[in-house]
Amino acid sequence: MAVPPTVLKPYSSELDLRVTDSSLRDGSHAKRHQFTLEHVVDIVTALDDAGVPVIEVTHGDGLGGSSFNYGFSHTPELDLLRAAVKTAKRAKIAFLMLPGLGTKDDIRAAQDAGGQICRIATHCTEADVSRQHFGLARELGLETVGFLMMSHSTTPEELARQGRIMVDAGCQCVYVVDSAGALIMEQTYDRVAALVAEFGNEAQVGFHGHENLGMGIANSVYAARAGAQQIDGSTRRFGAGAGNTPVEGFVAVCSKLGVKTGIDVRKIIDAAEDVVRPVMDDECLLDRLSLTMGYAGVYSSFLKHADRLSKRYDVSGAELLIRAGERKLVGGQEDQLIDIALEIVAERS
Amino acid sequence: MPKKLTAAIVGSGNIGTDLLYKLQRSELIEPRWMIGVDPDSEGLKRAKDLGLEASHEGVDWLLAQPELPDFLFEATSAYVYRANAPRYREAGIKAIDLTPAALGPYVVPAANMDANLEADDINLVTCGGQATIPIVHAITSVVTVKYSEIVASVSSKSAGPGTRDNIDEFTRTTSKGIEVVGGAERGKAIIILNPADPPPLMRNTVFCSIPEDADRDAIAASITKRVDEVAQYVPGYRMRGAPQFDDPSDVMGGMARVAVFLEVEGAGDFFPPYAGNLDIMTAAAARVGDALAAVRLGV
Repeated sequence: MAVPPTVLKPYSSELDLRVTDSSLRDGSHAKRHQFTLEHVVDIVTALDDAGVPVIEVTHGDGLGGSSFNYGFSHTPELDLLRAAVKTAKRAKIAFLMLPGLGTKDDIRAAQDAGGQICRIATHCTEADVSRQHFGLARELGLETVGFLMMSHSTTPEELARQGRIMVDAGCQCVYVVDSAGALIMEQTYDRVAALVAEFGNEAQVGFHGHENLGMGIANSVYAARAGAQQIDGSTRRFGAGAGNTPVEGFVAVCSKLGVKTGIDVRKIIDAAEDVVRPVMDDECLLDRLSLTMGYAGVYSSFLKHADRLSKRYDVSGAELLIRAGERKLVGGQEDQLIDIALEIVAERS
Repeated sequence: MPKKLTAAIVGSGNIGTDLLYKLQRSELIEPRWMIGVDPDSEGLKRAKDLGLEASHEGVDWLLAQPELPDFLFEATSAYVYRANAPRYREAGIKAIDLTPAALGPYVVPAANMDANLEADDINLVTCGGQATIPIVHAITSVVTVKYSEIVASVSSKSAGPGTRDNIDEFTRTTSKGIEVVGGAERGKAIIILNPADPPPLMRNTVFCSIPEDADRDAIAASITKRVDEVAQYVPGYRMRGAPQFDDPSDVMGGMARVAVFLEVEGAGDFFPPYAGNLDIMTAAAARVGDALAAVRLGV
């Protein structure tokens, strides 16, 4: 297969790409939402010092995610957000919300807590549920980012149509979000390129990768070559599934490629090892369950739930995830994993 | 055959049309008028074919008729209903509101049917509320529920522009219904749209916190009985598996929990069976209509 042409679009005069670290949001899944204020202060201090321009802090499932379905937060997310805002000297603090779970009131509260970038996520074919939220976020003067989750599950053309809905509603940068870690290089390129072609200079395009097929950095490089201007990662891969694109690895690769991210390579490598790793319960690994997710195209945050349910009901976690893929579950349907476990138990007896 | 009360359906879209088929089966209600605003409306055509008086000239036309309905079903939008409601009240027509306008008190047939039948207008909460609040109510009738959370998953195809533009209203209205009608001290609602093809049936999960020492058998029995009661007016309503009980843990916020998994298969009147979310709204409306009629007719 031919290497696609590189159409790098610089983010600004100083940065070729803007990197957002999601350790304190996507990492919430891996941490089973048990972040403390101390964790936030430690990680934000280190990432900010390394020059990470944007740090996202929220419950893993976004504002209002603290629940039976997704897991209750140890510390209220607005307290975590306030601590991050207070700690960061240079970095902007972002927050995530999912319409259908969070509401406009949550966006207002997050802004009051000091959040500056509002990231709004929908399943990749359902962008129209986000219109009222983008409208409000822009009205409040927030910077806006749109997330098209599970982007592997639809075509580049449909993604472009859905991205257009977000842009028309006030979104300033639409992300191709590989929630299942299922995209492979050219597939990423084609999706990003379709959005870039659709928006022209009206809006930016971003890419959010997961490691469930071990493709996070490679996919992010392909996304940048297709014209993405914002890239997500998590230092030390601290995120759902096999984790997110490792920021330190991506920054090192960018440095080798001469792509400016504004992040100090040595400092972010140290932050990953000395600050982020100690906060993590376990490394995010490409193990049986997380690889199964990438292979079957399953939403990464199902991992810890599948792991817990496999013990609770004595069923195979991999079987749970395969069936979640067969049922075409989308992000947010964690409750249905219990239903699948009950189904497997019923079949056994 | 006893005399039936007369009813009008305002709104000739999908919901109104599905409701028409359900009212046709009622022994107490005669749907006589169907009102829309689009002369090419499929719903109005079907209504005429079934012998109703149908008009695309809106509520003005209805209120100008020599005979007015005993009550009406509003299947327009929250915005339209807010404009129409005062006119119905002036004309003395009781309204059963299927929009999320939430002007009148909430009614969920299998939870608080009799409480608010006297109100000028009755609101049916949301589809997710109709599917889950009876179960929350069944649990709160056995134990104190400090917190209840529901997750409604509906197929993308069954979620119209109204739901999509007003998704915050869904979560807000449903959360409030869980508290006010369901009896939980705090309610939370989550809605998920799933685009899978073929479209999946509507699914609902009810989570309730329960005291650690609760009588779990009594809770399970109350839930099972209530599922049967809902199934009497929503035949495709059923529980998947048994209620699941969990001891407290950190990710459960330190609370013991019961979880109930529900599925709603539509009757296939006008909507395909996957649209259980729409079917349960029209089924609840027809059920409330019958209850009102029974009171008025003294049967």
